[in-house]
Amino acid sequence: MPPLINADGIHKSFGGMEVLRGTTLRVDEGEVAAVIGRSGSGKSTLLRILNGLETCDAGFLSVDGERISGLERDLRRLRLKVGMVFQQFNLFPHLTAGENVMLAPRAVKRLSRPEAKSLAGEMLAGVGLADRFDAFPDQLSGGQQQRVAIARALAMRPRVLLCDEITSALDPELVGEVLEVVRKLAAAGMTLVLVTHEMRFAREVCDRLVFMHNGVVGEEGKPAELFSRPQTPELAAFIGQAGQGSAGR
Amino acid sequence: MIRFTFPDIVRGLVSGLFWTVGLSLIAFLGGGLAGFAILMARLSRNRIVSRAASLYIEFFQGAPLLMQLFLVFFGFSLLGFNISPLATAASVLTLYAGAYLGEIWRGSVESLPRGQWEAAESLALGRWAQLRLVILPQALRISIPPTVGFSVQLVKGTAVTSIIGFLEITKAGTMIANATYRPLMVYGLAALGYFLLCFPLSLAARRLERRFHAPADKR
Repeated sequence: MPPLINADGIHKSFGGMEVLRGTTLRVDEGEVAAVIGRSGSGKSTLLRILNGLETCDAGFLSVDGERISGLERDLRRLRLKVGMVFQQFNLFPHLTAGENVMLAPRAVKRLSRPEAKSLAGEMLAGVGLADRFDAFPDQLSGGQQQRVAIARALAMRPRVLLCDEITSALDPELVGEVLEVVRKLAAAGMTLVLVTHEMRFAREVCDRLVFMHNGVVGEEGKPAELFSRPQTPELAAFIGQAGQGSAGR
Repeated sequence: MIRFTFPDIVRGLVSGLFWTVGLSLIAFLGGGLAGFAILMARLSRNRIVSRAASLYIEFFQGAPLLMQLFLVFFGFSLLGFNISPLATAASVLTLYAGAYLGEIWRGSVESLPRGQWEAAESLALGRWAQLRLVILPQALRISIPPTVGFSVQLVKGTAVTSIIGFLEITKAGTMIANATYRPLMVYGLAALGYFLLCFPLSLAARRLERRFHAPADKR
C-alpha cells in the first residue's frame, strides 16, 4: 500500500534562508509519527507544507495517492484530507466552542445546522467537553481550548491530523489532558504527525520518530531504538538535552 | 431690505443643518460601500488590484478635500458637463470617506492574529468564507469605534462644500451673516448645530471604545 503521506525532496527557503533542504517523509495509514528536532530545524515548516499553509519551492508531495501542486484548488482538496492543530489553538474567539466545531462542516461540507450541531456535540464529547458547547474560548482554560481545536479539526474527518507543538503554549498542569486526547486518537487508529517537545510522550505513543536536523531528516526509526542507540552525534546531543529539559513531566 | 428676526435666523440655519445631515448620510453610506470595495481590493492577492487601491487611498488622504471638490466641480464644467453642487459634494465626499473607511477597516483586519486566517485556511475554507465567517465578524467589532469617530470628521468635513455653493449649514450661516451683519451670533449658532450633531457621535465612539476594550465582561 502506498504511504498516506509521501513528501519527497521538499525544499523551502524564506528570503535567503533555506529551511528545508530536500526533506523526505512518509507516513502510513494509522501510523503515529513524531517529528523532533531543535527549533529552526524545519519541523514546523514541514508540517505547514503538509497542510498547504506553505507551498514548497521544489519537491513532490502526495496525500492519499493524490499529487498536490501549489494551486488553490489542489490545496483545498489537500486540507480536506489533512487536519491541523496549532500551538496557539487559534480558536475563533467570536464563536462558541460548538460553533467553532460546526463552522467548517457547515461552510465547506454544506451540512445542515442540526447535522452540524450533532456532529459538533459528538466531537466535543470525544475530547471530553460535551458540557462546554456554549462556552466562548475566553471562558475556557488553555487545555480546554486546545481540545476544542482538536475537535474542530476532527469534525472535518481528515485522513491525518497534524499537531504543531500543541502543548507548548500550555501551563504544565494542562499538558496532560491534551496529550490524553492524542493518546486516545492514536489508540483509535488515527494517523497522526506530531511536532513535539514531549519526548516521553513521543516515546510512549509514537510508532516512529523522525529527527530533523538542518532541514533534512537526520535519523528516523522506532522511538525505543532511536532513544537508546542514536546513530548521529546530533541526535545523541539532542536527546541528552531534551531529557534534562523535560524532566519532571 | 428684508429684516431677519431671531426665529428667521434659526429657521435658515436649521434648513441648512438638514442638508448637512443629508450630505453626511449620503457620504457615509456611499463611503461605506466604496470603503468596503477598497478593503476587498487591498486584501486581494492580485498585486495590481491591491496597489491600485492603495494609490486611491494615498490620493484621497493626501490631497485637501477642498482641492478634490474644486477638481471635480470645475473640472467637469470645463469638460462641458454641468454638475450641481449637491452631486459634486456627494460624490467627492463619498470617495473621500471611502478612502478613510477602507483604510480603517483594513487596519482592523490586519490587527487580527495571522493564526485566525491560518486556522480558517486549514479547515479548507475558501478565501471568501475565511473573510465572511472568521475575519470580518472580528474585524467589525474592532472597527466600530474608529468608524464612528471618523463619522464625526465627515460631518465637520461637509462644511467645506459651502465653498462650491452647496447650501448646508455653513453656507446658510454665511448668507445670513452677510444679510444681518451679525456674524458672531450666526456662526455661533451654526457651531452649536455642528456640536449637536457631533457630540452624540463622539460620545458613542468613546463608549464603544471602552466597551470593546474592556478585558472582562465582553458580552
